[in-house]
Amino acid sequence: MAAVVVDVKGLTKRFNDLIAVNQVSFEIYQGEILGLLGPNGAGKTTMIQMLLGLLIPTDGVIKILGMDLGRNREAILSQVNFSSAYVAMPYSLTVIENLTVFARLYGIRKSKAKIEALLKTFEMETMRTKLTGTLSSGQITRLCLAKALLNDPKILFLDEPTVSLDPDMADKTRHLLKGLRNRESLTILYTSHNMREMEEMCDRILFLNKGHIIAIGTPKELLERFGKENLEEVFLKVAREKEEP
Amino acid sequence: MKLHRVFAITLRHLYLYKRSPSRLMEIFYWPLLDLLVWGFITIYLEQFRGNLPNFVAFFLGALILWDILYRSQQAISVSFLEEVWSRNLLNLFVSPLRPGEFIVATMFISVFKLLSAALVTVVLAWFMYAFNIFLIGLALIPFVLNLVLMGWAIGILTTTLILRYGQKAEILAWGLAFLFQPVSAVFYPVSVLPVFLQRIAQFIPATHVFEGMRAVILKQGFPTEHLAWAFGLNAIYLLAAVLLFYHIFTIVKQKGLLLRVGE
Repeated sequence: MAAVVVDVKGLTKRFNDLIAVNQVSFEIYQGEILGLLGPNGAGKTTMIQMLLGLLIPTDGVIKILGMDLGRNREAILSQVNFSSAYVAMPYSLTVIENLTVFARLYGIRKSKAKIEALLKTFEMETMRTKLTGTLSSGQITRLCLAKALLNDPKILFLDEPTVSLDPDMADKTRHLLKGLRNRESLTILYTSHNMREMEEMCDRILFLNKGHIIAIGTPKELLERFGKENLEEVFLKVAREKEEP
Repeated sequence: MKLHRVFAITLRHLYLYKRSPSRLMEIFYWPLLDLLVWGFITIYLEQFRGNLPNFVAFFLGALILWDILYRSQQAISVSFLEEVWSRNLLNLFVSPLRPGEFIVATMFISVFKLLSAALVTVVLAWFMYAFNIFLIGLALIPFVLNLVLMGWAIGILTTTLILRYGQKAEILAWGLAFLFQPVSAVFYPVSVLPVFLQRIAQFIPATHVFEGMRAVILKQGFPTEHLAWAFGLNAIYLLAAVLLFYHIFTIVKQKGLLLRVGE
């Protein structure tokens, strides 16, 4: 059985009267792709922020790679990475300058070779001297993904990584991520509102609603449990239950 | 021209002032500061009836030194704002980067910027007005150092406020240092200020630098006491600014504000 690389126990985040995440516990195994799903306001962003050390939990314990996140922030963050469609990179720097800055931040040795390899992977060799501000949103997403792979992370947190990619590049990105998982046992926490993508990518899916885990299991298990044909129908059922009084 | 459209745009901007104390403050801030500084300069000049000794040295020296303080403050705040504007803060703080390392990096940037700016102003002052800042002599080094330290303390304070209050506090990056200008006795001696402002001025490091500068220009000896005060106050303010920054950074992480700094 694969090792547990993310171990979350009793995670709670309270903002005054609002409990955004309530006593959530789960594990992610090495080499697993875990999808995080839930309607708007379910607590997904809050949870990811806590897992990345950007938000201090009200209660609970987060262990990543066997280390307590609160006490070993630096050691953990040097082995994980993050990419989000909603986070950009400095527009006034070129592609190569941005990647060089982050390679230095992560203390990458032989960073030039690593950057060149990533530019090739994401088909960005011709863009190396282009200003980031002149790139399309899809190209910026690819740049952010390249940044996220600079330090050969053991765990990758991806927030809607393919949202602004065209179908061709989105498909290539999914294949790349799956390939990395298969070859290097990369663990991925994946969020997306593209249900087909979630079904295709994720080994297990964690369904979050109103700060609670509603269900966790393989896509097939979730379909059986909710008696639905596909993940989109499961999502709609959970989201609309939320609206009922 | 349709008045309803003109009114719509006017309304759009008035809405901003309704909820933004910093924008509201800006309406009064600059005129008030200008009035104070120029008012005190006028009082000072009036005392000499146009026969102020070392007139050029006093004013150009003060201007060049003040710019050092302002550049060192602004470089820290604007470096942080650059990350906010480019939505890059999250990328930085999910990396192993420590907040303290970020601050030290902005200090390096401030040194680079102020050296570049100082080089230009010093050379121009020499060419255009035959003013040589180095006539201040060896005291110039501790003067500059103290102004940089005070600039850093204000820069860290400004960054802290932007971190906590977001876009509403951005305006401080350009304005906070000037709040200290009227009481720092940059262009006139402390004695020109009303008594209650003189008391406040004693607790501002820049005051001691500019008083010291005037003493050197008037050949009244090396201003050891002023420099000791300036270094002591700067040590306290810089430490307080760093502690406050760390405290607010923790609050920001508790409240989940890091994602919203640019909003």
